[in-house]
Amino acid sequence: MIDSSLKDIAAALRAKTVSAVELATESLARIEAGNPRINAFVTVDRDGALAAARAADTRIAAGDAGPLTGIPLAHKDVFCTEGVLTTCGSKMLANFVSPYDAHVVSLLKNAGAVMVGKTNMDEFAMGSSNESSHFGPTRNPWNTTKVPGGSSGGSAAAVAARMVPIATGSDTGGSVRQPASLCGITGIKPTYGTVSRFGMIAYASSLDQGGAFARTAEDCAQLLSAMTGHDPRDSTSLERSYDHYGADLARPLAGLRIGLPKEFFAEGMSDDVRLAVEAALAEYRKLGATTVEVSLPNARLAIPAYYVIAPAEASSNLSRFDGVRYGHRAAEYTDLNDMYCKSRSQGFGAEVQRRILVGTYVLSHGYYDAYYIKAQKLRRLIAQDFAAALEQCDVIAGPTNPTVAYGIGEKSSDPVQMYLGDIYTVAVNLAGLPGLSHPAGFGKDGLPVGLQLIGNYFTEARLLNTAHQFQQATDWHSRAPVF
Amino acid sequence: MSLSLDEVRHIAKLSRLELADGELDATLAKLNGIFGLIEEMQAVDTDGVEPMSHPQELAQRLRADVVGETDRRAAYQAIAPQTEAGLYLVPKVIE
Repeated sequence: MIDSSLKDIAAALRAKTVSAVELATESLARIEAGNPRINAFVTVDRDGALAAARAADTRIAAGDAGPLTGIPLAHKDVFCTEGVLTTCGSKMLANFVSPYDAHVVSLLKNAGAVMVGKTNMDEFAMGSSNESSHFGPTRNPWNTTKVPGGSSGGSAAAVAARMVPIATGSDTGGSVRQPASLCGITGIKPTYGTVSRFGMIAYASSLDQGGAFARTAEDCAQLLSAMTGHDPRDSTSLERSYDHYGADLARPLAGLRIGLPKEFFAEGMSDDVRLAVEAALAEYRKLGATTVEVSLPNARLAIPAYYVIAPAEASSNLSRFDGVRYGHRAAEYTDLNDMYCKSRSQGFGAEVQRRILVGTYVLSHGYYDAYYIKAQKLRRLIAQDFAAALEQCDVIAGPTNPTVAYGIGEKSSDPVQMYLGDIYTVAVNLAGLPGLSHPAGFGKDGLPVGLQLIGNYFTEARLLNTAHQFQQATDWHSRAPVF
Repeated sequence: MSLSLDEVRHIAKLSRLELADGELDATLAKLNGIFGLIEEMQAVDTDGVEPMSHPQELAQRLRADVVGETDRRAAYQAIAPQTEAGLYLVPKVIE
């Protein structure tokens, strides 16, 4: 049953042909069977899931069910969950049990969704392959020698492997869209400020945004709608009203103008990805959309600007891990400063330490203007490029990743090679725009290719409508991996 | 640009990170690779461009100065490495 659409599952729950306890049991059984090979979950909360499922069944019986009541879901381990381990993929938080729920977690709890566990991720969401997790890499269900993408790789792999129908993620430079693409599912990162960051462990606060994974755009719309809303506990949360993101799904694509940034279609994209993306665009034209070339002249600067801004904010955010109030404390130390240094050096992995060092340098005296301010100026140029391009089209389309999933260990020794994989996704975070990735076909070795759609601020419903119409005409999203 | 070993030691100290002597060279090489990538920024003229920190140009919200939280000290301290009598314990700083 958990392979069905959310709409069908909800209907079956209401018709009492399945119970929330049965759904949770099915999800837990799939995790138990598949997780040893995939390593998508850091924590499985069997007892909590069954208790939440029983409560959901009571609500359904009382006629008090919403669209997500009784639906099994997984949270990326970046979201704090009261009473359940929240590790953020780090040794630093390997034993951390949050005293409160993230806003997203409490919203979904109140909606009656049944959390079955917490998913693996790159340590502190810093990575593009899930290899930097303290709990070992997550493996791509399409080929377990390949990475699932990152940093929300555990959530993407869990949905792709049909362990859960939906999962949450966070996206700072592509961490929802990129693993969605590499795992052959749909993932959306909304406009910055849409999903509350309260209780979502901070990496780069001006870029971090919660997002949603599902097999289809229709199900992403359902999950994202439940995650959205103003939260006074996040000072960057926007005060505006939100319509249901699924409201516009049925709209035909006739007349839709799709902008193709010439910089995204230049060199850098592998041939198999190009082939799949071109075929998907041909499908869009068949559905009545027109394509127009647009330009994002500063797109190539997105990676350098991102790798200044994100580490700078990370070095500041991660200063809270001092071994005093929570998190890892070294067993032996000589004095307070030594305790800080040893606790942090033992608790953080190599990539996190590198980003802290880069961030500390670019924020240090004498370098602030040359790096951080410079990067923020580039950020404006990049946002202006998008604004100009979106005058000529309704949505922008291109590849999500330059290649299909690569081998575990292939790029992990060279951070720069890893960073360059984010070429199509980071600019969207710098501009704060919504972005979505949906399955567009398969490339080399039968691995999935994703198509990225980028829209103007607050056009999530339009992006989901676009992807949904594509998914009505294609079946890439319904292919399941055998692992 | 490239960093020197001394600069790496200095930023490690500022970051409260302890790099073993054996890791320093490898760390330096990787950081220099990253800074090589970052340097590409400098080729673009950004004179007169206003830095952008929030995509919606939002000002920080103010709220009334009223108590909104309840006392949850015990729950917060339950996850601390070391506490005593409601206090967080750290190594002695003043003799």
